[in-house]
Amino acid sequence: MWKKVYEWLDERLGLNDMYTNLLDRPEPTGNWWNTLGSASMFLFVMQGLTGIFLTVYYTPSPDHAYDSVQYIMEGVAFGWLIRGIHHWGATLMVIVVFIHLLRVFVTASFKFPRELTWLIGIGLFLATLGMGFTGYLLPWNQKAYWATTVGTQIAGSVPFIGEFILKVLRGGPELSALTLQRFFSAHIWMLPAVLAGLMGIHLYLIIKHGESHFPTKED
Amino acid sequence: MSGSNEISRRDFIKVTTGIVGGLIGVAIGLPSISYLIDPALREGGKDAWLSIGKFEDMQIGTPYPFSFTRVQVNGWERTSSSFGGYAIRKSDDAKDILILNSRCTHLACTVNWHAESDAFLCPCHDARFSKDGKVLDGPPPRPLDVYDEFRLSEDGHIEIFFKAG
Repeated sequence: MWKKVYEWLDERLGLNDMYTNLLDRPEPTGNWWNTLGSASMFLFVMQGLTGIFLTVYYTPSPDHAYDSVQYIMEGVAFGWLIRGIHHWGATLMVIVVFIHLLRVFVTASFKFPRELTWLIGIGLFLATLGMGFTGYLLPWNQKAYWATTVGTQIAGSVPFIGEFILKVLRGGPELSALTLQRFFSAHIWMLPAVLAGLMGIHLYLIIKHGESHFPTKED
Repeated sequence: MSGSNEISRRDFIKVTTGIVGGLIGVAIGLPSISYLIDPALREGGKDAWLSIGKFEDMQIGTPYPFSFTRVQVNGWERTSSSFGGYAIRKSDDAKDILILNSRCTHLACTVNWHAESDAFLCPCHDARFSKDGKVLDGPPPRPLDVYDEFRLSEDGHIEIFFKAG
């Protein structure tokens, strides 16, 4: 019975092909450094899920942001767990993505035909840092407030257009409710959309070209 | 590995991944559900005796409107909810009062006493209730709710027992 259902679905969706291409594809000889991309993706999914759960209680307004985070930590069952995973997962994701980048650089895996995979990977790394930067403001505590003051001030030190960049980031000359709201929007909609899109292309290219072999002594 | 009792390296990895993944899924999934439904499992506010007005101000046979608000802490905010009703005194006896809740039993709009038609009218779906709360017309499934626990306080106020939630 289940076999028939599966066959019906497989004929129409190509489940077996998908399995072979996605999960059963040939890989170079086992190497733990090659798992960092999957680890990054796992962390992205984890951050996405815990983030979605956090929006159930979090409010991006200066009046309530801090109180709502306090409520998540102390008032809601397992709020500390969900936010804890999101908090530490964020740090871990930046580290894992960066080591992944280093590994690709050190093993020269960015060479032909994988230049685009590399460039898109750089985009993914920058978007990940963007997630870290925008997410840092959301708890709306002293550390968040001053970190964003300093961060946007640094962006404002660009010659000629610096002041404009600072105003765009803050939604005006001051750090305000507008800043919190636009950081929230960037953090939960724009940057995740960019990440998901780039990850799609990144994965497609990896499956198309396969993983690069580790360089040997002769290389 | 057909015909062999030994589990292949691949199958071992698959099964182990499945089990470990499942355990992690349960360890995170169950708390997540608890996190989502947590506010629904909270106790409501506190029960209390509340004054709805002086007994001597209530005229026999005329519905006496009253209202009160209850403030509750929901999450990181205080929410106040309004309640109201009508007390209908029937005689000199302070026990002989009918205290109706003005919340329509259809979809919870507030009904108003309309003296000309001698009925409580609901503005939402034209429901009509008689002075003693019975459904005269419209969609409500049952008569108006009654506050049946009330008492006369020492200073002459009628107090009702308000149950939260």
